[in-house]
Amino acid sequence: MAKLHERKFVSADPEKCVGCSVCEYACSMVKEKTYNPTKARVRVIRLGPLVNLAVACRLCEDPACVAACPRDALSQEENTGIIVVDDDKCNGCGWCIEGCDYGAIMLHPERKVVYVCDTCKEEGKPQCVEWCPEEALDFVTADVLAQKARRNAVKKLFQESQEEPTEK
Amino acid sequence: MQAYAGRILHVDLSTGKVGTETLNEALAKQYIGGIGLGIYLLMKHSKPGTDAFSPDNPLIFATGPLSGTMGPTAGNGYAVVSKSPATGGVAESKAHGFFGPELKRAGYDAVVFSGKSEKLVYAWIDDDTVHLMDAQHLKGKSPNETDTAIREELGDYYIRVSAIGEAGEKLVRFASIINDEFRAVGRTGMGAVMGSKNLKAVAVRGTKDVNVADLEGFKEFIKMIHERMKGPATRKYRTLGTPENVLVLNALAALPTRNFTQATFEGAEKVSGEYLNEHYVKKIIGCATCAMRCDHIAVVPEGPYKGSTSRMEFECLWALGPSCGVDRLDAIIEAMRLCNHYGVDGISAGVTVGFAMDLYENGILTKDKTDGMDLRFGNHEALIEMIKGIGSRSGWLGDVLAEGTKLAAEKIGKSANQYAPHIKGLELPGYDIRGLKTAALGFAVSFRGACHLRSGAYSPDVKGKVNRFKIEKGRGKIVMENEDLYNAIDSLILCKFSRGTYYDGLDDMAKYYSLATGIEANAEDLRKAGERINNLARLFNIREGVGTREYDTLPPKITSVPIPDEGVAKGSFVNKEEFELGLDDYYEVRGWTKQGVPTVTKLEELDLGRFAHIVKKKGEK
Repeated sequence: MAKLHERKFVSADPEKCVGCSVCEYACSMVKEKTYNPTKARVRVIRLGPLVNLAVACRLCEDPACVAACPRDALSQEENTGIIVVDDDKCNGCGWCIEGCDYGAIMLHPERKVVYVCDTCKEEGKPQCVEWCPEEALDFVTADVLAQKARRNAVKKLFQESQEEPTEK
Repeated sequence: MQAYAGRILHVDLSTGKVGTETLNEALAKQYIGGIGLGIYLLMKHSKPGTDAFSPDNPLIFATGPLSGTMGPTAGNGYAVVSKSPATGGVAESKAHGFFGPELKRAGYDAVVFSGKSEKLVYAWIDDDTVHLMDAQHLKGKSPNETDTAIREELGDYYIRVSAIGEAGEKLVRFASIINDEFRAVGRTGMGAVMGSKNLKAVAVRGTKDVNVADLEGFKEFIKMIHERMKGPATRKYRTLGTPENVLVLNALAALPTRNFTQATFEGAEKVSGEYLNEHYVKKIIGCATCAMRCDHIAVVPEGPYKGSTSRMEFECLWALGPSCGVDRLDAIIEAMRLCNHYGVDGISAGVTVGFAMDLYENGILTKDKTDGMDLRFGNHEALIEMIKGIGSRSGWLGDVLAEGTKLAAEKIGKSANQYAPHIKGLELPGYDIRGLKTAALGFAVSFRGACHLRSGAYSPDVKGKVNRFKIEKGRGKIVMENEDLYNAIDSLILCKFSRGTYYDGLDDMAKYYSLATGIEANAEDLRKAGERINNLARLFNIREGVGTREYDTLPPKITSVPIPDEGVAKGSFVNKEEFELGLDDYYEVRGWTKQGVPTVTKLEELDLGRFAHIVKKKGEK
């Protein structure tokens, strides 16, 4: 049985993300066979020139979207953590959208049911990650993210401690 | 025909009437999109002799065929075309970012704004629905403030906005239109034309699909361009950015300093790309669909301009820096921020202030005209004050300089025109063409006035491919070939920073175009479209009375003041003889008359026969 920390999701590094939205276009190309960011499962937010980040489903534990659905249209795959939408049950009411803290689940503009990142299960790996020109996107587990953060923190500490004497 | 929307939107601002016309495949192939389609629509929808600020002057927003696709750089642009209030001739300028693709997704290849609204409005294009919205509460706001306010009040974060600032509202002749905070339709005063129509902004939300003809082939092509974008062809733009030019041009004694007085700047190191990146650049960000990113976002960390933030590129850095003798990057960044705040072209604004400083140093402008300001070269506080004065047309001098160097020189009188660095009314960019003479010829014949991006003719000079200190036979051909290429590029709306990634030039571009649109086109088709567009632009200028030989000129400083700096370029200037030879050479390869007028034969060859009446003399059939 898969453990939570083995679930991989698409994560963007705020240091590297430049807000170019190549991921949105790649997503719509792969999933919808067209170019249309309003049909992308990953979305970019630019709050200002220095604040850019792509956001996609985080595959939460006890996902709020699943809990919020009054029609049992959403479920979470045990192994992968992917949120599965039953298009026949979904009526586009949007409770799941309100439930999601990340804006990662959205109403499809044409099909009028919700849709969400499935980590390109069929394609083998997330295509946005493949296309990201800045290598800002990663397909990782929460555990690996934590490892990365720790490594960076330690690197920074050491850099600072090494820089200090030379500056004086 | 794929990738194109196949529709042109018409918005009459006087009546509020909205309509669409179809864009057919033959026209699309002939003019491609962007500036080509825009200039065609300008010719079609304007009457001879219309003033740039007349309601009858159409203002055209055109997307490119690839806008809205995942095509890097070509996917994200738009062009604005009209008659220029600076030159009286054809005006065009492009911007990238996120606005262009949104307009395409709304379902339009172009939008033609005609007439004039009674009150300040913004156009809200919501896919098929178009509303003119009251914008009086946005009066005086910067483009970025306008953008934020509109997205807020319409309640959709992903609306994209292209807006003017106070300068556009007040008809500053080099006012810009700005989208995505820093992306400017900068040159030729398009913001002023927009202001003359009481059009504060264009807000767009487009949700339609943009499909390409051959999705697999297109995907492979862009994958290849993505890889190339990570390589040497874009190194400059991804690393130091265009400000790298500061030291390169300075070493060649080709960095115009203090309004084209010197050609080297003693403060070059302090305003170099190297210095900028080390001390000010916080992040490099990118436009939609681009795999190279180039937007160097500079933030001033300390001092009187602390916190000032702007995107920085070479041309504006040069205009606001060396051209004004200013060697402080913090002040230059603040001046650039103000240009974006008021919505003025940073090149023309900086050059115009440098021109005023030159007049002040030479006693033509005195303190009674500057409100007591010490307008000497290098006074960064004066630079900041003058940008504010121009942007808001405040003070006698601010109001005069807001007319651009050509008209300002006429108003100031005395010998002011001897110091005015413009061609056809458009201010020169940052190349000292006294010692870059292919560029001098290219700038002189450019249809939109002094411009480095109509032919890129500085490149053979800077790279040493020709003897840059003389004009000789053959330069006309170099200029022409580059013009035709650049016309194709600006009609596809490829970002020129990415031009090096098309290793096979027009062949690559034709493949790109065909994969997306499904329209068969080869390199020769694109080249010929480029030639057609150049001739059509020339025809427009001839029709407006500013398109013949006597308008292909160089500023007095370029033709009469030798470069004084010790070194390789000392003594160089463009003499009349070589310049006339260059014009003859250029007109000849273009198939134009000695007067610089396209012949009927040439026009027919380019399928422009229907415009032949413009070049026929009265009584001639």
